[in-house]
Amino acid sequence: MSVLEFDRVSYAYPGADHPVLTDVTLTVEPGELVVVAGASGAGKSTFLRAACGLVPHFHGGTFAGRVTVAGLDTREHGPGALSGVVGVLFQDPESQVVMGTVRAELAFGLENRGHSAAAVARSVEEIALALRIADLLDRSTAELSGGELQRVALGAALVGRPALIVLDEPTSQLDPVAGDELLGLLRRCNEDFDTAILLCEHRLERCLAAADRVIAFAAGAVACDSSPEGFLRWAGVAAPTLQTPGARLLAGLGQAPAAGVKRARRRLRDAGQLPEGPDSPGPARTVASRRRRSRSPAALELHGVWHELRSGPVILRDVSLRIVPGERVALMGRNGAGKSTLLRHAAGLLKPTRGRVTTAGRVGLLLQNPNDYLVHDRVADEAPAVALAQAGLDPVSFAERHPRDLSGGERQRLALAVVLGDEADAAAALCLDEPTRGMDRGDKAALARLLAGLPGSVVVATHDPEFAAGFADRVILLADGAVIADGPVGEVLAGGIYFATETARILGGWKSILTPEEALATLARPRAGIPVQVPTP
Amino acid sequence: MTYRRRSSPLHSAGAGAGALFCLALGAAALIVSDPILLAAIAAAVLGAAIGARVGGEVARTASFTLPFAVAIAGLNALLTRDGLTVIMRLGDLPLLGSTDVTLEATVYGLILGLRAVVVIACGMLYTAAIDPDEMLALLRPLSFRSALTATLATRMVPVLRRDARRLAEAQRCRPGPPPSRATLMRAATAGVLDRALDVAAVLEVRGYGASGAGRRRGRPRHRPWNRHDAAFAMAAAVVLALALTAGPLGGAAFSAYPGLEVGSGPGVLALAAGLVAAAVLPFADRRGIGR
Repeated sequence: MSVLEFDRVSYAYPGADHPVLTDVTLTVEPGELVVVAGASGAGKSTFLRAACGLVPHFHGGTFAGRVTVAGLDTREHGPGALSGVVGVLFQDPESQVVMGTVRAELAFGLENRGHSAAAVARSVEEIALALRIADLLDRSTAELSGGELQRVALGAALVGRPALIVLDEPTSQLDPVAGDELLGLLRRCNEDFDTAILLCEHRLERCLAAADRVIAFAAGAVACDSSPEGFLRWAGVAAPTLQTPGARLLAGLGQAPAAGVKRARRRLRDAGQLPEGPDSPGPARTVASRRRRSRSPAALELHGVWHELRSGPVILRDVSLRIVPGERVALMGRNGAGKSTLLRHAAGLLKPTRGRVTTAGRVGLLLQNPNDYLVHDRVADEAPAVALAQAGLDPVSFAERHPRDLSGGERQRLALAVVLGDEADAAAALCLDEPTRGMDRGDKAALARLLAGLPGSVVVATHDPEFAAGFADRVILLADGAVIADGPVGEVLAGGIYFATETARILGGWKSILTPEEALATLARPRAGIPVQVPTP
Repeated sequence: MTYRRRSSPLHSAGAGAGALFCLALGAAALIVSDPILLAAIAAAVLGAAIGARVGGEVARTASFTLPFAVAIAGLNALLTRDGLTVIMRLGDLPLLGSTDVTLEATVYGLILGLRAVVVIACGMLYTAAIDPDEMLALLRPLSFRSALTATLATRMVPVLRRDARRLAEAQRCRPGPPPSRATLMRAATAGVLDRALDVAAVLEVRGYGASGAGRRRGRPRHRPWNRHDAAFAMAAAVVLALALTAGPLGGAAFSAYPGLEVGSGPGVLALAAGLVAAAVLPFADRRGIGR
């Protein structure tokens, strides 16, 4: 029996003009790991919500067709009844943990379903051991980091050993290390428990290698249902924004696409196209050498900034940075490394406990959640027309719309316009904290282009090496509140494991190349014999 | 203020015994009226909070209620006509008429205010030291939905506080004049509703909407009765017994009107010492309090 069956399912949210899902028919077999791909608004999240019964029971709306989960028809069984056969993990770790301690959180679902006390205790211990969170069992959920919360939420979804687990961008708020850990755990659960997995993820290069199959949505319908390689072939023709960097590189070299770094390297090696040699990048320049190099006046400068919490840890340790006008800087590091705190100091929201911050003018700061900036009922009330235009929103057509009716990407642009403000009060430097969370590759590329065209310096805290490679000319890597690497984007991102682009990992850091376009341009020059088709970035 | 597991005897006790202890202290504050005994209970609550390593939090939060206590004292002094010792003649006041402030009414008002502060401090001690999840498990058979609502409210306080801080920071990042308070309030409400919807969806998929019969079968795992449970249950019983001895049984006679009569003999002092000792002695046993 299939673990999930969609039979000609169409669905429209209450009051919506158009259906979000249109005539979706597919099945998922036990033990399959299925990646759900598609641009923002393509219907992926709604598809996942239909698979766990939230659509239509929680959201209402117009529903046609039939969804069956492990033999249970979702029209007759609501999300509560389905919770024994399908586990769910959403994006935001904060909202999906409801109890005060990890042990209670893991037990909550089983107790709701009436399991005996002994069965609950045993299942909680076992899932904690399996997910390596046994040491967290008696911790308060309020104390956990984002990565820990997400692992606990995964445990809560898996504790009842569901036949199917659906995950909606579970790594979007995690740093690359925590994201990879979570995906590794998923893979283990898939292999050890035979749990079928539906994983929706924008950063496809992180998960395609583990997938058995990819279902791509476009305008609410299934546009592609194939193996990862088949999906990449389809994306190369029909949806280039869904192509992974590795697939773009291979396509440019005339190779069939391969999912994952290992397979891509093998394919290039077999074809004699994998550059190998002594071209590994040197170590990133130190902060001091970079400071000496730059003599131009700074747009933003931090002088030995410390941030020490009263009765708490040190968040920033002696951070000295100099950002010159026009510079594009990516600030990277794990969750808790101090990136957000550094940006808050730059914008004057925090005062250093030691050291000082100097600026050449106003520093604009766009925090992680754009909704926090949107408080009015009309777009025109939020930001001046010139800022809207600068942020890529048409001041005329958007003026009367309600900010909360905009798409995620549009809201991000509107919040950016709010921070940009009036021309008379232009920011000397603009700081953005994780602006690409939950964005698809097309929106990210558009944001990178937008930021490239802004006047002044731009500093972006990001977990996304691909975005950093496309936007920045300098990368600052933070760890435990201190700057551990600071240099040109190629030097810092080419040699890393977690903080590296897929292209750099495929090429092993060769010539500090980060993007397929750079790779193809470089490979085309010295190796005239290799057929190269340079794609449009 | 939220619950966080700390290495203390009160945190190591079960939620039932711990809650009983906090409840007994609060009830004692309501039962006794002698100011010396009330001060002793206040000292006992503060001592217990320090013993539970939440003294700073409880004292800080209780200090926010001081204006409330002063308001009670002021109102009682203005509105009560009893008492023989006039300390201030205010003459004819609108609505109140001829008003004399008496020493007795002022002192009694201060006692009422102190009582309110002590009862609120007991609530703070409960919030900071009693595991809400364990309370949910205890109360589940009685009223699952009410207990879950209380637990969720406790869990959501720090989340919503972080949301509010983020919203405030975002507004500080806006160039130009800040939005009005009404605009911000509307935005904050929308944010809270978004958060509530997210949590509601999570509760649904975690089986909260499953059949009631299923939930009734689920009983919390039996937790062994440890040395701290016994100590705090015993302390609660002693505190209540002493309070009843002092109050309804007449051990500490106190009357405010017409003249102040405060029991301050050896019996009252012994009761006061007993109350403090009963409340803080369970904290002397430090065995098995680790996390």
